[in-house]
Amino acid sequence: MLSYFFKRLGLAAAIVSVAMFLLFCMIYLIPGDPASVALGPRATEEMRAALREKMGLNQPVLVQFWNFYIGAWTGDLGDEVLSGRPVTTVVFEQLPYTLALIVGGITWSVALGIPLGCWAAVSRGSWADRVVGILSVAVIAVPSFVIAIYALLIFAVELRWLPAIGAGEPGDLGDQLTHLILPSLAVGLGWVGYIARMVRASMLEVLEASHIRTARAFGLPDRTITFRYALSIAILPTVTLLGVGIGQMLSSAVFAEIVFARPGVGKLVYDAILTRNFPIVTGTVLITTVLFVLLNLLADLIIGALDPRVRSSF
Amino acid sequence: MTTLRIDNLNVSFSTEAGPLHALKNVSFDVPENRIVGIVGESGCGKSTLINAILGLLADNGSIDGGSILFEGQDELTSLPSSRMRDLRGPRIATVFQDPMGALNPVISVGKQMLNIQYRSTLSKDEKMNRAVEMLELVRIPDARAALARYPHQFSGGMKQRIAIAMALMMEPALLIADEPTTALDATLEVTTIELLKDLQQKIGCSVMFISHHLGVIAELCDDVVVMYAGEVVERGTVRQIFQDPRHPYTARLLECDPARQSERTRHLPTIPGEIPDLRARPAGCIFANRCDLVSDACSAPPPDKDIGDGHVARCIIADCPEETGVTA
Repeated sequence: MLSYFFKRLGLAAAIVSVAMFLLFCMIYLIPGDPASVALGPRATEEMRAALREKMGLNQPVLVQFWNFYIGAWTGDLGDEVLSGRPVTTVVFEQLPYTLALIVGGITWSVALGIPLGCWAAVSRGSWADRVVGILSVAVIAVPSFVIAIYALLIFAVELRWLPAIGAGEPGDLGDQLTHLILPSLAVGLGWVGYIARMVRASMLEVLEASHIRTARAFGLPDRTITFRYALSIAILPTVTLLGVGIGQMLSSAVFAEIVFARPGVGKLVYDAILTRNFPIVTGTVLITTVLFVLLNLLADLIIGALDPRVRSSF
Repeated sequence: MTTLRIDNLNVSFSTEAGPLHALKNVSFDVPENRIVGIVGESGCGKSTLINAILGLLADNGSIDGGSILFEGQDELTSLPSSRMRDLRGPRIATVFQDPMGALNPVISVGKQMLNIQYRSTLSKDEKMNRAVEMLELVRIPDARAALARYPHQFSGGMKQRIAIAMALMMEPALLIADEPTTALDATLEVTTIELLKDLQQKIGCSVMFISHHLGVIAELCDDVVVMYAGEVVERGTVRQIFQDPRHPYTARLLECDPARQSERTRHLPTIPGEIPDLRARPAGCIFANRCDLVSDACSAPPPDKDIGDGHVARCIIADCPEETGVTA
């Protein structure tokens, strides 16, 4: 188990390295001179040269990459162009908001998607199954920013049940949670559909398995069979799906943060792109990549914890 | 007393192409403390029969008549599902064909053996001890440690023995064994059969043993029921069926047993033709289209002819042994 963990950690490091290389190439290939973009049209040539020197832009490209690479592993992603604060500080200030949003989104999708999928599977062919099916496809089809805008209009503007913008008073957990409800719903609602479909499909498959017939032949109660014997297996593909889905949730988070004017890395990167603040863009993308890789590792570990067959192959 | 009495049972499935009459007028008894073998080729309705007894027919299946009387008092065809569930396990236990998939892969063997005792009033430790006892009885080495292991950590033969242990732990009145040895290799098959016979005597239950392996049936069973296309074509004791088959299908089936070939041959005998489409059952004898001894009279429904001593065959010429063309 431990050796598996370290093997996966090594693989994660390799993935992050490749991501860094691609990221560096993309930034390098963007036309224009970052120094002149950062300083604006009225800067003098000396000022630009000084900034290029400071940013290391007149060194050979491989040296630049190496510096970036080593810097990143030691937690130094450079400084922000405008304020000069370290990029890591800026990103880590915003990261908790986005993490809260994603955890909220996962909570919505799991708390609604799994029971709905189970319900649809055990009552296959009934009206309940059909309604859940139609709703699932509907919420999958609607983009998250549309859900965000309508959630805002209905629950915050019209009904005034929930706050419209911001992340709530710092230190006031209740206020922060009420501010989290709508944005996390916008991030998670599409995933309710995905998970409901996924759980339904794998439940139907598992319920056909011969060990379920054995459980029935021993007269186990339906509840035990559905939840302990079938769902514990049917849940596994969903965990993998969620691990991969976190990437998509991160991009939904960008929209949700803009629509609800919430702080967070999505809002941060959006503002950074508008102001050509490239170190922030690189830093944010890199940190979210690491986050994504680690959460996928977590998903694999959860599967190992749930499935003894996987565990023994570790 | 008769543990299980099946009388004139009819089961059909509704399919897109119309109703499929899967079991037609099936009657036989499983007497107390006896092992009854059910034999027949694939698709003869053995699994449907088991599911009908257990009340686990698929949603599109229905019992259209007849009775399944359990222990002389419970009419299984009309029992409420909660009562039926109480019988499944404690009174009627089942061992299924596929040992690889019969146990839940993500729940430890001990936990599964604990879960099926959920009705018992014993303490958790006592239940665990019972599980260990049963595993030792089916010769699982290091039984206590085995409880913590998962099904994929056992071989196929061990899994099948665990499944048998689980079924017999319930001390049922009736054990249904659905081809429990088919997936095992020949040596394992023999030891599993011997084990089953031992345990049956120890626990004193009746057994309904489904197999298409004639040798196993002859070895293990007291009585035999021969099924063909959803009908019981012949039933009797092992001696009656194997020494004196009266239905032409039974006779052909015995001829096809490789163990019975006395001469070297390149081609094993087969029964030409196929099982008729059960969605359009012939009105007369179901075996008529493959039978060498067919006559005009076979287009009428054949009677269940009683040959004596519980030997019954569904064929008009069953009482003329010289005409079935078999010399035992």
